[in-house]
Amino acid sequence: MGNWIINHGLTSFILVVWMGINIFLFVWFYLLYDLGDDYYYTRHLLGSALAWARAPAAVLNFNCMLILLPVCRNLLSLLRGSFMCCGRTMRKQLDKNISFHKLVAYMIALMTAVHLIAHLLNVEWYNNSRRGGYDNLSMALSNLEDTENTTYLNPIRKTDVDAQQTPTYFVFTTIAGLTGIIITLALILIITSSMEVIRRSYFEVFWYTHHLFVIFFIGLVIHGTGFIVRGQRTTIPPYNYTLCKDRIEEWGQIPQCPLPQFEGGPAQTWRWVIGPMILYLCERLLRFIRYMQTVQYRKIVMHPSKVLELQLVRDGFKMDVGQYIFLNCPAISPLEWHPFTMTSAPEEDFFSVHIRSAGDWTDRLIDIMQHLPEGAQGPKMGVDGPFGTASEDVFDYEVSMLVGAGIGITPFASILKSIWYKFKTSNPKLRTRKIYFYWLCRETHAFEWFADLLQVLEREMEERGMGDFLTYKLYLTGWDQSHATHACVHFDEETDVVTGLKQKTHYGRPVWDKEFEEVRKENPSSVVGTFLCGPVVLGKVLEKKCAKFSDVDPRKTRFYFNKENF
Amino acid sequence: MGKIEWAMWANEQALASGLILLTGGIVGVAGQFRGWQFAAYAIAAGAFVCLLEYPRSKRTKGTSVERTGQYCFTVCVKSFGPLTRNYYVRAFLHAALSVPAGFLLATVLGCVCLGIASIIYLAAAIRGEHWEPILPKKEIARKPDDSMKNPPQNPPPRPPPETRRKRVDDLEGAAYDNPIPVDE
Repeated sequence: MGNWIINHGLTSFILVVWMGINIFLFVWFYLLYDLGDDYYYTRHLLGSALAWARAPAAVLNFNCMLILLPVCRNLLSLLRGSFMCCGRTMRKQLDKNISFHKLVAYMIALMTAVHLIAHLLNVEWYNNSRRGGYDNLSMALSNLEDTENTTYLNPIRKTDVDAQQTPTYFVFTTIAGLTGIIITLALILIITSSMEVIRRSYFEVFWYTHHLFVIFFIGLVIHGTGFIVRGQRTTIPPYNYTLCKDRIEEWGQIPQCPLPQFEGGPAQTWRWVIGPMILYLCERLLRFIRYMQTVQYRKIVMHPSKVLELQLVRDGFKMDVGQYIFLNCPAISPLEWHPFTMTSAPEEDFFSVHIRSAGDWTDRLIDIMQHLPEGAQGPKMGVDGPFGTASEDVFDYEVSMLVGAGIGITPFASILKSIWYKFKTSNPKLRTRKIYFYWLCRETHAFEWFADLLQVLEREMEERGMGDFLTYKLYLTGWDQSHATHACVHFDEETDVVTGLKQKTHYGRPVWDKEFEEVRKENPSSVVGTFLCGPVVLGKVLEKKCAKFSDVDPRKTRFYFNKENF
Repeated sequence: MGKIEWAMWANEQALASGLILLTGGIVGVAGQFRGWQFAAYAIAAGAFVCLLEYPRSKRTKGTSVERTGQYCFTVCVKSFGPLTRNYYVRAFLHAALSVPAGFLLATVLGCVCLGIASIIYLAAAIRGEHWEPILPKKEIARKPDDSMKNPPQNPPPRPPPETRRKRVDDLEGAAYDNPIPVDE
């Protein structure tokens, strides 16, 4: 339970606050339009559909304001830097920005649906009122025109259009209607191209279609400028509608019932969204400025299995372990930015990424690099970042268990290198005395560079007599008969056949009970931090094991599971 | 944008359009709008489009992710053969289905969305894509290893007849009994 509060408490709190504000806005504006005196006559024509349309509009204003903020990644980096004092939990919330963006998007979609349906009903009922389908009061109200001493309530003025087509005609000839259709269409296109299937496989479609949000916001701001939904203007003496609603013929003739005057409210949306729109503009400007900064190539290495390593240098670039950057290469595609976790340590004077062939963009990049002459600089590269919460917690534990699955070992390259540098320089920030590293992958294809890194570390540690500082185990979960045969034949060799490392490769998944037991036995009185970069399922397993093997007694071993999202 | 299979996006868009048509139709009928007959049509058309578009096609490259419970729909859609396999047919079908919905405000959004889906399907058809059902892989019967193929042709070697005789003086040493008496 305590673990849950630490890991999820702040997120849940933020969600509760957000939902609370949504509910409050909905109910407030619903009651405003459903009970307010100035909308009495409007409600006579529309019923409660008026309130049902205006309440989601308010919630939409709020959420459209919020939706731009989580994607301003440079702004978030700035916030993260200024919150260094406020604890890691606060800063970790900033890492869940895209999840929040999606949640707000769902709310926008839902509220758009409610708003749209309510307005459909509204238009239909305005139409019926106009054509005398309802009672005398509705007829009288609808007949009011915009002249010198009257103002209209019913926005449908033309009656010579075919009755069934009047709503469509009305919607397409008013600002609110037309912008409404356009932005709803933009929203639908954005949503269908953001589905996981499309996003994961055809990123470009998702990215370019998503830019329809520009049309969405422009349309949104213009949407409310039509003064269509009208409330009654307050008069002196105040209009007594209970008396006057039954005395239609006497309007304008008796002093208690002057002709009712109506006016629409001014557009409100711009007040909500102008701030975030400006912030987002700044964000794109900042990305552009960053992109213009020169990035030098220090080294370009082609590793086996088509893995490209780029070592880059940029003025004023400071990173922390486990962070990621966005790369943009105009020679391949001027508008695409792709994220990569950094594999270099902060102690090095360059930053590096290892890029695997995983799609159009990466394939083109690897192709370009392969055709470069020896020692030449690569194509112009824009770098945005670094982003992400630094995984500094790793250095705080006396004993660390690091588990990397598949592509998840990438941030561990950075972490292991940094730990080794800190150890060599006896950096006081490093409290780690022992590391257990578990590397799980289906096959070592495309990860030979990591095996090389481990080899180098292994050698350096042997030289210093620190052979037992790092214990690593590789688990090949995708083994087959030929692997097993090969291993059997070479079992008595000193180094492993697959990786060339001193420690032998295990086949199949690790038996976590055994591993945790071994760690507990070797470290009878330490606090052990467990870090995972891999699938969620594995995270759940490790969390359970940490709880199982932790001792209540503070003098004995205790395991802490860190749910990191590298 | 080289490797995009447009049909995947067209499918998402068409499914969304089906739902929007359905919703618009329900609002039109429930609110007894003028021209509610068009809304009733939209309910039918929307439901039909949803059923047609629910099963995802198998991708030409990469892993295909099924929608939950789509197998029965796959079987139904597959049974129409070339009508559902060909995307030109789908493009024109969606274009035709969307037209009547344009005559009522409640369904006009569904009409436009379905029209857009139709255009994307047309693009997919021009690029030569077609609908492939995602069927569960049949279990390949495990063949026994080669060494198991040929049973031994010769009987196992036996010791010479003297040692095969039953040794009554040493019963423990007589490790086996001959079921058939051995002639000397």
